[in-house]
Amino acid sequence: MLRLRPFLNAGRLQRGYASAAGPHALVLLEHRAGVIDSGSLSALTAAQQLGGQVSGLVVGAPDEVKGVVEKAKKLKGLNTVLHSASEQYAHTIPEVVSPLLEKLLSDNSPYTHVVSAHSSSAKSILPRVAARLDLPAVSDITSLEHDGSSNATTFTRPIYAGNAIATVRAPESVRVKFFTVRSTAFKASATDESAQVEDKAVDPVEVPNPPTQHVRTDLTKSDRPDLGSASRVVSGGRALKNAETFKATLEPLADVLGAAIGASRAAVDAGYADNSLQVGQTGKVVAPELYIAIGISGAIQHLAGMKDSKLIVAINKDPEAPIFQVADVGLVADLYEAVPELVEKLKQQA
Amino acid sequence: MRPSAVRLLNILVPVKRTVDYAVKIRVNPDQKGVDLNVKHSMNPFDEIAVEEAVRLRERLKDEVKSIKVVTIGPTKAAETLRTALAIGADSAIHIEVPESAPAPEPLGVAKALRAVIEREKEGVDLVIMGKQAIDDDAGQTGQMLAGLMDWAQATFASKLVVDPKKKEAEVTREIDGGLQELKCRLPLVVTTDLRLNEPRYASLPNIMKAKKKPIEKLTPAELGVDLKPILETIKVTEPPKRVGGGKVENVDQLIAKLKEAGITPVKS
Repeated sequence: MLRLRPFLNAGRLQRGYASAAGPHALVLLEHRAGVIDSGSLSALTAAQQLGGQVSGLVVGAPDEVKGVVEKAKKLKGLNTVLHSASEQYAHTIPEVVSPLLEKLLSDNSPYTHVVSAHSSSAKSILPRVAARLDLPAVSDITSLEHDGSSNATTFTRPIYAGNAIATVRAPESVRVKFFTVRSTAFKASATDESAQVEDKAVDPVEVPNPPTQHVRTDLTKSDRPDLGSASRVVSGGRALKNAETFKATLEPLADVLGAAIGASRAAVDAGYADNSLQVGQTGKVVAPELYIAIGISGAIQHLAGMKDSKLIVAINKDPEAPIFQVADVGLVADLYEAVPELVEKLKQQA
Repeated sequence: MRPSAVRLLNILVPVKRTVDYAVKIRVNPDQKGVDLNVKHSMNPFDEIAVEEAVRLRERLKDEVKSIKVVTIGPTKAAETLRTALAIGADSAIHIEVPESAPAPEPLGVAKALRAVIEREKEGVDLVIMGKQAIDDDAGQTGQMLAGLMDWAQATFASKLVVDPKKKEAEVTREIDGGLQELKCRLPLVVTTDLRLNEPRYASLPNIMKAKKKPIEKLTPAELGVDLKPILETIKVTEPPKRVGGGKVENVDQLIAKLKEAGITPVKS
């Protein structure tokens, strides 16, 4: 990615002079409880790297949209903030939101790219809209490069759970290039208090009698950061014996580090931890600053979900465990002694 | 369009033959793809989809009229269909493509599935499919199919309750940070998350029985779809290799390493 930087910077400088045919990205700005999702801020950074105009789109219930738009107007790198408010948009049901996007992206639209985080909500919406416009989509990109002369965009994205990297090119014939962004691969776009980006209201497209109704949303209430976006993760494996030990061992360490808790598939299958905590090929893919693997041997399926972490620490009794081949810091020790000691000593530092 | 009288459910389950999840894949030196000369099996999320269809029949009995599985792939993909038939599907459709053909994209697959649905005489009420294939990891086909059909969609489902009389389904979805419940009108596309169920092992008698179940063969041309990819895959490369940084002797050294990396405890 570093290699691309000179080119991308050049593109950004030219932005002011870009002709009407230059790239114009529409970035889906997702929000929850009045706050723009950090994944969307990473998507915004990716969109800027196309080197053209960037518009943000805020969709939601009338009482939410106003506050979010005010925040969006302070975002660095946005040229315009579009917003559409309707009671129908309260839960961003794909069947209800799609028609709005289809309208925005109709034949005469200026947009060349549609960009979002690789979030559960955007993953549900973007492919639906793309298909309705007879366009392909690119999922979970980790880098991109737009070539203005050929109007083609080249992306890299992990395949086979990160065990291979595919470089794919969306040629000019793809009128609008849809892609979702792996948030751990792009910095979140910053806020600029002095910025006053122009905003524009877009009429909602009412969907009479939609086929899907929202019943309710249950968010796991936890003071702990979300596993997918946490900067620190403490993960446990089969060696934790049972659900009680899992909790009792990992929680104090996660608390003192302000970390999210993860688990290996073995720990999940054995019932020590909830499925939603699974890190790996068929679970969540994380790339935090710090990943501490405790009692995890390091099977390929697990490594697939965490090997892009910046600093990997492993605590395992077995010196031959494959996790030590990827760990930056390995400690061969009994976790029941090492982890409490680690917690105690970290607490003293706090 | 359809009579409003009680109608029996016809379920379609698209499945994909992928490299087995336990295989450590190798990128080919020519950077054109990965070594596919390895063990293959049914995409794990699709196994969950087949299992869910079979469980629906176990719950709803006669109200589920048919469970049909469909795959797009080379001759060998028929094995994957046999596996699905052994779990409990009734019949299968194999859209055969040459071994050498490039992997179809989700949009192409969704169009082929639309064509399959349109030729089903009794229609399709429910499509259950995996949330993503573990090879291309795109996670798009279900949503694209729902979009093309203008049907309801419920992605990343961890619970599915279908009421055939009301032609409705209640679906619990795994979303970032928690769960969401939806009520969807049929016809509906559901994509499965890991939590939906635990797929059964097919018993030997069922594997034998599956050999007698019908597999209809079709070509993309017969369905009037073009599976040629629109996106160009320029290359496939190895991810950067990670090298272990060695071991430390004790907890103090571990903490020193954390400090070096700028990681400090949070104030409580």
